[in-house]
Amino acid sequence: MIRDITIGQYYPSNSIIHKLDPRVKLMGAFVYVLSLFIFRGIAGFAAVTIGLAVLIWFSKVPFRYMVKGLKAIVVILAITAIFNLFLTPGKPLVSFWKFRITQEGLKSAAFMMVRLTYLILGSSVLTLTTTPNHLTDGMEKSLRPLNKIGIPVHEVSMIMSIALRFIPILVEETDKIMKAQLARGADFESGNLIKRAKSMVPLLVPLFISAFRRANDLAMAMEARCYNGGEGRTKMKPLKYARRDAAAYSFIAVYFIGIIMLRVWVQI
Amino acid sequence: MSIILDKVNYIYSEGTAYESHALRNINLRIEDGEFIGIIGHTGSGKSTLIQHLNGLMQATSGGIYYNGRDIYEEDYNKKELRSKVGLVFQYPEHQLFESTIFEDVCFGPKNLGLSKKEVELRAFSALRSIGLPVEYWYQSPFELSGGQKRRVAIAGVLAMKPEVLILDEPTAGLDPKGRDEILAQVAAMHQELNMTILLVSHSMEDVANYVGRIIVMNQGSVMMDGTPREVFGRYQELEAVGLAAPQVTYLIHELKKNGIPIEAEVTTLEEAKASILQVFEGRGKNQKQGTKQEML
Amino acid sequence: MNIIEARKLVHEYFRRDEEGNVEGIVTALDGVDLHVKPGEFVAILGHNGSGKSTLAKHLNVLLRGSEGTLWIDGKDAMDEKSLWEIRRNAGMVFQNPDNQIIASVVEEDVAFGPENIGVPTDEIWKRVEKSLKSVRMLQYRGHSPNKLSGGQKQRVAIAGVMAMEPKCIVLDEPTAMLDPNGRKEVLDAVEALNREKGVTVIFITHYMEEVIRADKVYVMDHGKVVMQGTPRQVFSQVDVLKSYRLDVPQITLLAYELQKAGLDVPEGILTREELVEALCRLY
Repeated sequence: MIRDITIGQYYPSNSIIHKLDPRVKLMGAFVYVLSLFIFRGIAGFAAVTIGLAVLIWFSKVPFRYMVKGLKAIVVILAITAIFNLFLTPGKPLVSFWKFRITQEGLKSAAFMMVRLTYLILGSSVLTLTTTPNHLTDGMEKSLRPLNKIGIPVHEVSMIMSIALRFIPILVEETDKIMKAQLARGADFESGNLIKRAKSMVPLLVPLFISAFRRANDLAMAMEARCYNGGEGRTKMKPLKYARRDAAAYSFIAVYFIGIIMLRVWVQI
Repeated sequence: MSIILDKVNYIYSEGTAYESHALRNINLRIEDGEFIGIIGHTGSGKSTLIQHLNGLMQATSGGIYYNGRDIYEEDYNKKELRSKVGLVFQYPEHQLFESTIFEDVCFGPKNLGLSKKEVELRAFSALRSIGLPVEYWYQSPFELSGGQKRRVAIAGVLAMKPEVLILDEPTAGLDPKGRDEILAQVAAMHQELNMTILLVSHSMEDVANYVGRIIVMNQGSVMMDGTPREVFGRYQELEAVGLAAPQVTYLIHELKKNGIPIEAEVTTLEEAKASILQVFEGRGKNQKQGTKQEML
Repeated sequence: MNIIEARKLVHEYFRRDEEGNVEGIVTALDGVDLHVKPGEFVAILGHNGSGKSTLAKHLNVLLRGSEGTLWIDGKDAMDEKSLWEIRRNAGMVFQNPDNQIIASVVEEDVAFGPENIGVPTDEIWKRVEKSLKSVRMLQYRGHSPNKLSGGQKQRVAIAGVMAMEPKCIVLDEPTAMLDPNGRKEVLDAVEALNREKGVTVIFITHYMEEVIRADKVYVMDHGKVVMQGTPRQVFSQVDVLKSYRLDVPQITLLAYELQKAGLDVPEGILTREELVEALCRLY
């Protein structure tokens, strides 16, 4: 089940989006998320939709594959929609018993759904087209200025890339321990909430012990290979901007300005 | 009393691009009290096979019958099956979690809903049968050595009083002495508790020393099924799929090829020693007689 | 000059109870002498807990001795200043293949070591290619380590060490978690590095079959070196090895048993070919 989540899983291809520098993509994602909260009205909606469609088109990731990622958040979507629908005050459209659906409620529920869906789709374009390593490299370099205020950017990105490497290993390990405890008659599924929480102990204790052992081994292996922090390190694949990255930056800028202008001047 | 597998197939992620046939048309009959070795290289389907025997994995098609009852029947008690067919996974010490060894061994029988007295009685006899000295019992399992931890983990399964015990590479990562101790313990349990034992192993020498029957898995199918002599006699076929017979089997075959008239069906060191000595003793007498005659 | 020279090396540590009070002193290494010449293939045998892994960690200065001296490639291991130079010259491969691969792509993992010691980018690419080729893993350079077999993962780990161009490589039970095919792959790769590139190898294991081609074998027990010599010298002493919780290869054991039964088989037979030859000569 855990394996069905597509958010964050790299989809190999060699589209132009795949080839972009991760710093550009991070900036793009940031601007895109901002734009989702800035846009207003039908015109804004149309602009964001076109932006997203162009992005997905260029990424060459099958749309079907991308939509699969939405499954994981269907529940969250439904809840936000319901809250917006019933709790927004305004001109009533339908009312029954204690509930009332207003025109404003309908509108804000629709926009909220769109925002969340677009948020997931847009950010999955980032993770689907960028390898985890590239992503952390990009973050390390983009966030380097934060080093000055004492945030250990290199260390944080190293931790992230190691975490990404070990997630599949730990998922597999969880599966193994679960089966081993099932073979000893464990029951992870029945009983009330407290009983179920208790039944996780035989799973979690071995999992933590194993994770700590792995962390210990890994630290030693890194030290043995002369790891000594970010100081004086070189890179096999240093990030270098290409011409397409400049083009992408200008595209992002045009998009952002466009969204702002639409919000300020267009009233539909 | 037996386990019967009837045309069992298992297909991973059927209908997707990752589809793979992990078990192909497996037909097996495992009788009460047998000691069976399962060999095959990584990915041959042996782990998938043993997880079917206690119902942890469900066959895509085919049937499995334990003591005559279909385990896929709707009202079949899977939990009870898991207590009757005990499965010890690879590196079982990784599932220890309680604060004392004794409590950890109690986990299995406790899950069966037995009375406290019965649970403790079973834990007691399980720990006794794996030969861990009593002074350790109330210590934390995490302070034991690797070999001891593994024995405690095996006791955790034994405490459910299984009729069949399946061990997936119980000696992996142990040193030679630790390996011999575990295998001797398993053999003793087979003898004394009259358990049916299935031993998954990579070591042909270990398998040849202990088991009465060998099942060779390859690409999800049963490739061979017979006594160690029958199976290792076909060592050329084993090699073709990346497996091998014990070293002594090769040795004796090479001796025979070099013109020494020797009993060739050999799988253990003792057998090899006996048949070599037999040849040389016979010859030694002949030689002596020969020299005597010359002298006369 | 010896590349590794340990004299009377001692490693003691305090064993503490749950509150952190000292319960006792454990002597993990007890006066170890080790002499390794450049280009040698040295095997260290011992049961679990005999001190062989502790010794391995000293050779990479992951641990430091409490007494005695240890010189690695002319550098004093007790000297804080030579730490990084020693680690670069004496690479280390560990037991668990999963827990020593850092990156999510094979070639990036091999690059990790060179990146740490500040090798320029162009040179890193050359080294990565060369060392992946030397363990015959070049075709997997773009793969994720998670999809590889155990033997392949260990070869990637070896390539990761080779990319730092060490003079000596220490392997701490690299085959303990592998199946027979994986064990063979790793052993073949290590032997090739030793033979073809002249890398000094310290190979730690408890599988006796793996060390019959070593130049020298050390046997450890209770933190001490209790036996040393060529594989033939060491393996001819079957009973002594057994007293150290070790085994000999099945063929050596058979030869020994035959000898005990009165057959005139030479001492210290190591391979099947040798025993066949000896028996045919006798016949």
